Amino acid sequence: MVTASSISFGANSTFTSSPIPKTKPLFNIIPHSLKFTTGNGRAAVTFQRAVSVIPKATSADSRATKEPSRTFHGLCYVVGDNIDTDQIIPAEYLTLVPSNPDEYEKLGSYALIGLPATYTTRFIDENETKTKYKIIIAGGNFGCGSSREHAPVALGAAGCSAVVAESYARIFFRNSVATGEIYPLESEARLCEECSTGDVVTIEMAERRLINHTTGKEYKLKPIGDLGPVIDAGGIFAYARKTGMIASRN
Amino acid sequence: MASSVISPAPTSSFINNKKDLGSFCFSWTSQFSVNKCKKSAVSKKIVSVMAPQQSERRPATTGSVKNAMTLTEKIFSRASEKPQLSPGDNVWVNVDILMTHDVCGPGSFGIFKKEFGENAKVWDREKIVIIPDHYIFTSDERANRNVDILRDFCMEQNIKYFYDIKDLGNFKANPDYKGVCHIALAQEGHCRPGEVLLGTDSHTCTAGAFGQFATGIGNTDAGFVLGTGKVLLKVPPTLRFVLDGEMPDYLLAKDLILQIIGEISVAGATYKSMEFVGTTVERLSMEERMTLCNMVVEAGGKNGVVPADGTTFKYLEDKTSLPYEPVYSDEKASFLSEYRFDISKLEPLVAKPHSPDNRALARECKDVKIDRVYIGSCTGGKTEDFLAAAKVFLASGKKVKVPTFLVPATQKVWMDVYTLPVPGSGGKTCSQIFEEAGCDTPASPSCGACLGGPKDTYARMNEPMVCVSTTNRNFPGRMGHKEGQIYLASPYTAAASALTGYVTDPREFLE
Repeated sequence: MVTASSISFGANSTFTSSPIPKTKPLFNIIPHSLKFTTGNGRAAVTFQRAVSVIPKATSADSRATKEPSRTFHGLCYVVGDNIDTDQIIPAEYLTLVPSNPDEYEKLGSYALIGLPATYTTRFIDENETKTKYKIIIAGGNFGCGSSREHAPVALGAAGCSAVVAESYARIFFRNSVATGEIYPLESEARLCEECSTGDVVTIEMAERRLINHTTGKEYKLKPIGDLGPVIDAGGIFAYARKTGMIASRN
Repeated sequence: MASSVISPAPTSSFINNKKDLGSFCFSWTSQFSVNKCKKSAVSKKIVSVMAPQQSERRPATTGSVKNAMTLTEKIFSRASEKPQLSPGDNVWVNVDILMTHDVCGPGSFGIFKKEFGENAKVWDREKIVIIPDHYIFTSDERANRNVDILRDFCMEQNIKYFYDIKDLGNFKANPDYKGVCHIALAQEGHCRPGEVLLGTDSHTCTAGAFGQFATGIGNTDAGFVLGTGKVLLKVPPTLRFVLDGEMPDYLLAKDLILQIIGEISVAGATYKSMEFVGTTVERLSMEERMTLCNMVVEAGGKNGVVPADGTTFKYLEDKTSLPYEPVYSDEKASFLSEYRFDISKLEPLVAKPHSPDNRALARECKDVKIDRVYIGSCTGGKTEDFLAAAKVFLASGKKVKVPTFLVPATQKVWMDVYTLPVPGSGGKTCSQIFEEAGCDTPASPSCGACLGGPKDTYARMNEPMVCVSTTNRNFPGRMGHKEGQIYLASPYTAAASALTGYVTDPREFLE
């Protein structure tokens, strides 16, 4: 892929570009503290990032039973660059409504079914509805394409907890955070060439570290960034309630 | 009406801005130093995402110390009621229009009810537009049920704009039915300069053609907006694309955006705004500007914008009676990067399988044998797209060599295809020309096979075939079959390819 700061000029190129500074990826959600005044003129509410355990958002009731955790451990499934939402959940399954619990489960059973046949080891084994891979390791621009929230939901519903990619497409990343279905983490190295499907890995969020027990190697993860408060709260609704943006439930 | 709030000559003032910029600040460094002198606190480096941010409201600056902003930043500024902000700031934004459709509406309503309560009411029944368009002409029961869910919700909430369809046998029996949401939003007057439009569809960015902020969101965010009318957004930095030069008459906006995506890659604009300016853009029609903005998401962009001008205001004249206020990038606004293209030298392009940035010249692919051609979708199914295809068929006088599927985006486009005379044809309509060329009869308006959809979707690729398509994505499986190969192209190139059975440069017929 070509970054704007190092553009190659092909034979067909008819443009010029000015250089840009190297910037870290721009997360799309939240600063670590955010202040605002509520509509009725009450005092400004400040929310500092909590360092407590992270509850999963409950966009379907079945999620509520999931164990909150800052450590993920299990088998990993490795994919390449530009895995788009059609590969994560093909459009023919979008008739399933994620907010209906039984259709939520069904969506999960189709997760990553759109990957080409070159992926000989499938994410979900035949006749299974859940994946045995708890962690997906991906290249750049994971989740590009459509805004379908069915994509992170399908991965979460299949039993996946976290994705570690080199980078994400914007809407997929945001949907992951807003729903709390999966943790979208970023690696510093290109882990999709370092790890193999079936490796046993552990992600330690507090240490920002991924350990591949199969190869015995350790890798750094990037800071969680702007999304920290939303993830910590457990999704966009929980965050908005916590900060007084919308009314708390009884 | 609108004219009362539009400045008398926004077009000319915008052109002046652009010319000024053209003469003195095309290097990023000089822009940066200008910006630095003015206000050192504004860092364009978003490395500071970890640091706590100042988000309290500061007083507005005026006159010569006015904080220069880009078009997108200005829309954020107004929608968040903050006089100044910078890329990287996270702000709660007031939403002007929320659009959803049959694929994501039911889930968004589910979240809305779950979070706000079974008896909750939407924040504003006149600011929600609900457009069934994805899986309409199918016998898939769940797809049909989803349209029923939309209808029930709209009745319950008394939604003002719901473009319903009940009689699937004959779309014309449904006067309310429109078709593809992004085109319907424009045709029905829901797109207005300076506003914030969100939709549960990644191609919502199409509306940026009207000089507004428009982007796609997920069900959960949409559920939140339904209840609050607000959304938490990060202000994106802006990439500016200056397209200058006379566009050759064998090119269309599709070629321009394929060129740009090929240049910056499918992740080149991730998290960023893409602003399109220049003499070429100024001469583009609204539909062509929509094509340009439609595919910014294929470069990862958060939104695309074309500054509103006389073309925009003319288009809006008979479509909206609501006042709107266009905004423009300040002369000294800071852009993350600027790209310049001389369009007069561009040649017809395609994006080869399986990525929209896999750019090639159409003529370089002349040996690629194809099985079918598809003309349709929010990208390439507008009235002008069909006029363009008809122009090629007319010029050749020949018959297509492969099945050629035509899916007008909306009911209005369908009517145009059947009624508008094609220039130079002696009064023939597109539909007559298509029939003479041996194309399939134009189908009922919807998203159709652009994204595959249920198995019985018209023109869906159920076999591993090669298709030249005027749609927007060519990832594996996009139009149905995982081994299918999609060449994205302009309507000119698609029509030329239909005539030869190979990927074909339209100059073979247009020159």
